[in-house]
Amino acid sequence: MPDLLEVKGLTAAYGATQVLFDVDFTLAQGQITAILGANGAGKTTTLRAICQAVKTGGSVLFDGQQIVGKSTEAVVRLGVAQVPDGRGTFTALSVEDNLKLGAYVRRDRAEVARDIDRAYERFPRLKERRNQQAGTLSGGEQQMLAISRALMLRPRLLLLDEPSFGLAPLIVAEIFRIMRRINEEEKVSMLLVEQNASLALDLAHHAYLLETGRIAISGPSAQIKNDENVRRVYLGY
Amino acid sequence: MEAFLHQIFSGLANGGIYASVALALVMIYQSTHHINFAQGEMAMFSTFIAWWMMQAGMPYWVAFFLTIAISFAGGLIIQRTILKPVEKAPVLTNVIVFIGLLVIFNSVAGWVFDHTIKPFPTPFPKGSFIESRYFSAHEVGTVLVMLCVLAVLFSFLRFTPIGLAMRAAAQNPESARLVGIRVSWMLGIGWGLAAAIGAVAGMMVAPIVFLDPNMMSGILLYGFAAALLGGIDNPWGAVIGGFIVGVLENLLGAYVIGTELKLSVALVLIVTTLTLKPNGLFGKAVVTRV
Amino acid sequence: MNSTIDRKWMWIGGLVLLVVLLVLPFLVKNFRVFQFNMVMIYAIAVLGLNILTGYNGQISLGHGAFYAIGAYVAAILMTHGGWPYWATLPLAALVCFGFGYLMGFPALRLGGHYLALATFALALAVPQLLKYKAIESWTGGVMGLVLNKPEPPIEFSMFGQPLSQDRWLYYVILSVMLLMFLIAWRLLRGRVGRALVAIRDHPIAAAAMGINLPVFKSLTFGVSAAFTGVAGALGAVAVAFVSPDSFTVFLSITFLVGVVVGGLASIHGAIFGAIFIQYVPHVAEEVSKSAPWAIYGIFLIVLMYVMPTGAAGLIDRVIGRFRRPASVNSSGQSATAAAPVSSHPAGGKL
Repeated sequence: MPDLLEVKGLTAAYGATQVLFDVDFTLAQGQITAILGANGAGKTTTLRAICQAVKTGGSVLFDGQQIVGKSTEAVVRLGVAQVPDGRGTFTALSVEDNLKLGAYVRRDRAEVARDIDRAYERFPRLKERRNQQAGTLSGGEQQMLAISRALMLRPRLLLLDEPSFGLAPLIVAEIFRIMRRINEEEKVSMLLVEQNASLALDLAHHAYLLETGRIAISGPSAQIKNDENVRRVYLGY
Repeated sequence: MEAFLHQIFSGLANGGIYASVALALVMIYQSTHHINFAQGEMAMFSTFIAWWMMQAGMPYWVAFFLTIAISFAGGLIIQRTILKPVEKAPVLTNVIVFIGLLVIFNSVAGWVFDHTIKPFPTPFPKGSFIESRYFSAHEVGTVLVMLCVLAVLFSFLRFTPIGLAMRAAAQNPESARLVGIRVSWMLGIGWGLAAAIGAVAGMMVAPIVFLDPNMMSGILLYGFAAALLGGIDNPWGAVIGGFIVGVLENLLGAYVIGTELKLSVALVLIVTTLTLKPNGLFGKAVVTRV
Repeated sequence: MNSTIDRKWMWIGGLVLLVVLLVLPFLVKNFRVFQFNMVMIYAIAVLGLNILTGYNGQISLGHGAFYAIGAYVAAILMTHGGWPYWATLPLAALVCFGFGYLMGFPALRLGGHYLALATFALALAVPQLLKYKAIESWTGGVMGLVLNKPEPPIEFSMFGQPLSQDRWLYYVILSVMLLMFLIAWRLLRGRVGRALVAIRDHPIAAAAMGINLPVFKSLTFGVSAAFTGVAGALGAVAVAFVSPDSFTVFLSITFLVGVVVGGLASIHGAIFGAIFIQYVPHVAEEVSKSAPWAIYGIFLIVLMYVMPTGAAGLIDRVIGRFRRPASVNSSGQSATAAAPVSSHPAGGKL
């Protein structure tokens, strides 16, 4: 099966400052791939580059289609959903409105309603707060909401930017468990950016390590996890 | 007592018009964070279009709704063509472009429709509604029309998917893009709605002040005052602000400072609000990041 | 070597220019001299606005109000106080400085469009305020005040043309204009100019560097208002008439057009802007009465797309290309080059 995401020679820049230099990686269908690295390595920029939210060069093929140069909205409509860092929820709107917005581009109303129910089943706490303003939710609940909103798109590819950030370990564990289930049951491919390397390596099948805008190491996550040198030098544990 | 009540009702009728102008301003501010200085002239131009259609024989309500549709389209087109290129430009650039629009609308109106003052018909002539010593049929009609406009707008924003998308795009454009909302088009629709609302305001006020290219400048000022008073990012505030300004203007004009200085009331209100309570009565506090 | 040649040509050019300026009134008909007078008056007014909006980034859509105040101060002093015209100028400057300084205070808390809004409101309210019946005995109400143009102090003729009132005023206005431009040039070239631009582009950083924001911004408002007020006083004398309807919001917009066309944050740009706003209506009115304003509007919008730095920016760039071999910061350069202005003059946070 061809790769879902094929990135070649990706460059990205904020104004005059180039952040990504000639990045290559792939993501196979149904897989979870992690992008690791220290602060400032360019992880978030990589996700933004895929969504075309930043000036990019090079080639990004999503399911064989070139998406460099498209608008963010167009990329989303192809089936790429992102859970941005900081959750990105619409804080002044209700939980239910946030979910509805996640399905904005879909036309199948009945299925959308069903998906909302499934989101509530998966995260009962969201159901309790369905009419509350999203901004009043706790960090963990907002993360659940952000993930659910992204899933409302029924995306082929889910991008997650630092889902563990600022959350208590128990909540993080629960969220990662749910992400694994989503990947296994609904075959949603995921590209995960994480600073918490051990968590990411437990979840992902494959991992890339970014160092100041370039890929330093890549390989199956089991291999990277077991490589002591890599762990000590790059991942700090 | 009678005169006092009349001032209040008349103030409420005017207030309805100020509320609509304020609402249009807030709509644009909420989505684009810019104040549309050309709002008044756009409304005036729409009213001229309605007048022209009626001169050509069209019945009032046909011209009315057609004008609303044309104004919506016009607002949308202006945002998409003239404003989009300067979307990300500094405030001064945008202000200058707005003033440019103001001036163009004003001069083209004068050129096409000339500067003689024209009467404009009201759909609520004497006797069509319950009238009294306190308010004329037109004043009642104005308030009703404005309330309808508000109801329609509110329902649209609250209950339709596009309305939801517009609110989302105004609050958080980045996240809106991430769910596939074409944020730029949402801005265009916001402009279209503002233009349409402005058109209604113009058509409601023209029977009272008569139609000429400079008809809306004073009303725009009151609209500004109302929008600021209510909180420039709060539609409900704009509406309440409008009615407050309307009544205040009339009462102060009748009992305190005389009718000649009414515009100064708006000026003082604006400066005071901006100095003492820049967020208005109902707005959210604005925090600037360093 | 290049710079000495440059300097020589500059002196010669300057001298020629000076001679032309001095002789000009006698080479043309009287009404043209009147037009030149208005150009110079507008140049002062536009320069005033530019100090505030171009250099300091405070958007004023109400400078017509200060022009009006200056005009009425002059008119009232001359009509009711019998003051000579030249004595009204400093007082007009002072009064307008005061009002401008006071405007500075609410302006401090207002950024960008809020300030534009407040000044726009001021501009809209001015004609009504001037017509106010309670002060009619001073202002002349709706009818305004008629003034007498000053008589030239000496008899003089050149090229068959006598030294008329307008020609005499030409020299008066020319002197005032040169003086005010010199003041502006000295103010804006050095630390003050850089502080203004710093406040415009990065207000918080400027404050953190020790620039006293409130004082500076209020002073700038005051100075800017004073400049435009002097222009207003001169305008009253040159036109020999003031009335409320001469000072509508469109006057404020006219000044803004002058600033935009001439060039934001440019001193000599004020002259280009003034020429533009004086002559475009004359030419455009041939087409239609409404044409001038439509043209203003189109220019405003198009310039924002195409040439945000205005005519001055364009000319500076052209000159720059010729002068490349010479040193960049020779003393002959205008303040635009000396002050560290970001490439888009309206750039940064406003």
